[in-house]
Amino acid sequence: MSCSFIVFLSVFLTGCAFEGSAPSAERINVWHWMSDREETFLELAKRYEDETGIKVNFELYAPSEAYAQKIRAAAQTATLPDIFGVLGEKRDLASFIKAGHVYNLTDEMNQDEKIWKRRLFSKALAVNEFRIGSDFGVEPGIYGVPIDVMNIQMIYNKDLLAKVGWDPSNPPQTWDEFLEANRLLRENGIQGLVSGWADIWIIDCLASNYAFNIMGERKVLDTIRGKVPYTDPDWIKVFDLFRQMRDEKLLASGVVTMVNKTAEQLFANNRAAFAFNGSWCVNVYKGMNPDMDYGVMLPPRASGKYPMMIWGGAGSSFMVNANSERIEKAAAFLKWLTDKEQQVFLAKETNNLPANKHSLEDIPEVLSQFADDMDNTTHPNIWGVEEFPVVKETFKKGIQSIIIGEKTPQQLAIEIQAIKERELMKLYEN
Amino acid sequence: MRTKSTIENYLFVLPAVLIFSIFYIYPFYKVFTLALCQWDGIAQFSFAKSFIGLRNFKELLMQDRVWWQAMTQAGYITLIALTFQNALALALALACDRDIKGANIYRVIFYIPPVLSGVVVGLVWRWIYDGNYGLLNYWLQNIGLSHLITDWLSNPKTALTSVAVIHCWKGFGWGFIIFLAGLQTIPRQLYEAAKVDGANSWQMFKKVTIPLMVPVFILVSILTILGTMQVFVLILSMTGGGPGYHTEVPVTRILASMVGSSRFGYACSQSIIFGAILMAVSFIQIRLSKYMRQA
Amino acid sequence: MHEGTKYKIERFCKDSLLHLFLIAVAVTCIFPLLWMVGSALKTQQTVFSDMSIIPRHPLWSNFYHAWTKGNFGIYFLNSIFYTVTVVFGIVVVSSLAAFAFSRLQFPGKNVIFYMFLIAMMIPLPGSFVPLYVLMTKLHLVNTRIGYILCMINVGLSFSIYLLKTFFDKMPHALEDASRIDGCSKLGIWWHVALPLARPAIAVIVIFNSLNVWNEYILATLIFSSKSLMPLQRGLMIFQGTHITEYPLLMAGMAITTLPIILVYLLMQKHIIKGITAGTIVG
Repeated sequence: MSCSFIVFLSVFLTGCAFEGSAPSAERINVWHWMSDREETFLELAKRYEDETGIKVNFELYAPSEAYAQKIRAAAQTATLPDIFGVLGEKRDLASFIKAGHVYNLTDEMNQDEKIWKRRLFSKALAVNEFRIGSDFGVEPGIYGVPIDVMNIQMIYNKDLLAKVGWDPSNPPQTWDEFLEANRLLRENGIQGLVSGWADIWIIDCLASNYAFNIMGERKVLDTIRGKVPYTDPDWIKVFDLFRQMRDEKLLASGVVTMVNKTAEQLFANNRAAFAFNGSWCVNVYKGMNPDMDYGVMLPPRASGKYPMMIWGGAGSSFMVNANSERIEKAAAFLKWLTDKEQQVFLAKETNNLPANKHSLEDIPEVLSQFADDMDNTTHPNIWGVEEFPVVKETFKKGIQSIIIGEKTPQQLAIEIQAIKERELMKLYEN
Repeated sequence: MRTKSTIENYLFVLPAVLIFSIFYIYPFYKVFTLALCQWDGIAQFSFAKSFIGLRNFKELLMQDRVWWQAMTQAGYITLIALTFQNALALALALACDRDIKGANIYRVIFYIPPVLSGVVVGLVWRWIYDGNYGLLNYWLQNIGLSHLITDWLSNPKTALTSVAVIHCWKGFGWGFIIFLAGLQTIPRQLYEAAKVDGANSWQMFKKVTIPLMVPVFILVSILTILGTMQVFVLILSMTGGGPGYHTEVPVTRILASMVGSSRFGYACSQSIIFGAILMAVSFIQIRLSKYMRQA
Repeated sequence: MHEGTKYKIERFCKDSLLHLFLIAVAVTCIFPLLWMVGSALKTQQTVFSDMSIIPRHPLWSNFYHAWTKGNFGIYFLNSIFYTVTVVFGIVVVSSLAAFAFSRLQFPGKNVIFYMFLIAMMIPLPGSFVPLYVLMTKLHLVNTRIGYILCMINVGLSFSIYLLKTFFDKMPHALEDASRIDGCSKLGIWWHVALPLARPAIAVIVIFNSLNVWNEYILATLIFSSKSLMPLQRGLMIFQGTHITEYPLLMAGMAITTLPIILVYLLMQKHIIKGITAGTIVG
């Protein structure tokens, strides 16, 4: 026994001897949460080293919740790497900036007649931008580099539509047509809409799309500012759409507690005719059912008054650590990463929309349909105002309650408004 | 001599206390101070600037209805786990403690659910519970109970119980092993002596097994309470806390405050209240057990 | 003779019923395992459309791809190292402490014991960031020893509590005998208490090795370099934010599940042999 103990101890000590090597001065360290892109990132790092001799070390951490904790913890101890991604809301990014962790890239972006800035989708840049007079009290500027772009739209299965006699080249454009198509589908035993609404932000996204469509951007933002109450008839109209979806049995069974990956799996197996999903789904569907014939459209309009707006912008972004000793090198690497060539490679490998406007050739047909609607995108991160988290949660969870028939749209509106007022009062007290 | 002996005794607990004090006491102390602060978990922390007194606790105790709903729901799952899961575990352990054929194989099989990854468990059980294509609904239809068919995970009436069933299924293996180990430490001679006295198997169970197993029952029930009250991975992957708030539990709420809305201080106050409640429940259990043993 | 047959029939009926019950439960346990292995043999396209348990054209190569793509080699070694050291550490530290709590007298005994109990009860999430700050101060971030100590701490309270319960149950007679024989306290712990508590120690080894083997949240927090990461990190390649490669994930999981079932197989013998043999040998 004592002998094996000694063997054991020696293993233990040698085990501790081969610790991770210390970061060298020439190496750029990058932290991100997209663990499924490891191969692509490693390949890009290799290419960069071949071209410039500078080593880039990608460290990917999953699941994303653990990553979110890790960068917060690293921020507290000032041990963030040269480049990292921030997971969270705009408010969280603002907090990272105010604590002095994120480098303001505006000057680099504007160098040489804005050459870097001009090649990126402005909507993608805006997600990481703080403008003059925003609510967050951050020095105006661009604080992150988008490496890809996404938006979230309605996706329809052409074969299933054709099967019930609906012309797949002319998918439902209005809410009434949408309900009509669903009735046809239901008569044929096909489910209508599938989406992962256990990930409650997706509910928020769809509701927000319709809020823009029904009341216009200004009124939505005024509601967040507290100038328009949630009990406004227009908001009740938005909530009522979800009641209609329930009453018309438009939703696939179990959507309220479905994670988005399950929803994608069902849609890819022709279990529902519509999906509300982001452009990343192209890659997912390609893996599960490459022959599926589907198209992309804006969610069907519920009103002709205002344009339908969808959420979109940067897919994932990188920030430069303001306390890094290699700021210039880090920025140069990110600039290289958004060059046309690398962007084409990244888009091809991950089937995502590139952040570089000039890299759109060669992308699959469906993906370019997503790209075409970039002009219709908006995102909470570019509004300059942000709703209280508690209000947002009540909003999203409340819509779930409407779908399961626990609350009426009116009840929900009153509930949200009450919480909103409570939060506003708290703000006054402080 | 006495003091030397006492010092010697302290040496036995020293390593444990050392590790414990390094890795627990500082984080504990931090959690307590942060609970008195309004802090988002990112900004440069300064106690003086972010100190808000007991306001987090006031909000939690007075206004946060969802928190108490989550607490009751975790209590409900715990109650199911305490009764059904542990009864199943005990029954299986008793069966495998007898010398029946294949006991060895069963012992291995019953340990599979705890070993399985949450991803597999989630995928398989989703398929069982699915509203349209689910196994459960299919069976119900076949045995003529089609009126019971529902969307198990998104129906507010069935969601919590459905999740509890998965939790119990995944957890009974733990109790099974502890019970089995406990049964094995009962000297066989006692059973033989009882047999000589003419006791039947029920009497032996009542007179020999139960009294000797009381400490193990207490152990398992406390571990069940602690394990079940702190459940959350399963919930996040099965329902995300929905529909509405019907499957929210304390830990999902703590995570929602911390990551979802960046209210780190509030999350800490939730942790403390939660810990205090768990503590109270466990100590009642321990007291009860002492009382039972004396009775 | 007649009595004997009656007894045999009765026994047979009882056993059949018992087996029926055991098999019913066993089926629910085996099914997900089979499903996992079956899915590991399919392609991303057929994994949710092909409903057969074992596909007609099983893709055994998935296991190879999972191993290489997930970079399992290094992660596997890391995980084995962490599991062995942590479990060994927990068994030694917790059995010493539990022995003292159960058999020795010293002032403040109950206070210290309850301190460990309380530690089991306060959930981890809130203490994540403070823990990292502490580890940074101690220069333990991104080191093996830091992670190992952290994981020992995680399993400690539970193990002490479990072992104390079992030590309390043990007869005092043997111990008294050894004391008369002139054994030191450490000797009693080593020669009497540990062998007697073998089933309980087996339980601790089983639980803690599973816990360490499947752990990755704390590893994500403490380690920065992937060369130090445990096995679960390899699985994360197959389940990203958007893409999950189900067959490879399942193959990877099958690979990672195997060693832990092996540990159980080795350990459960000790649960079964139990204390009765130990008592006789004394």
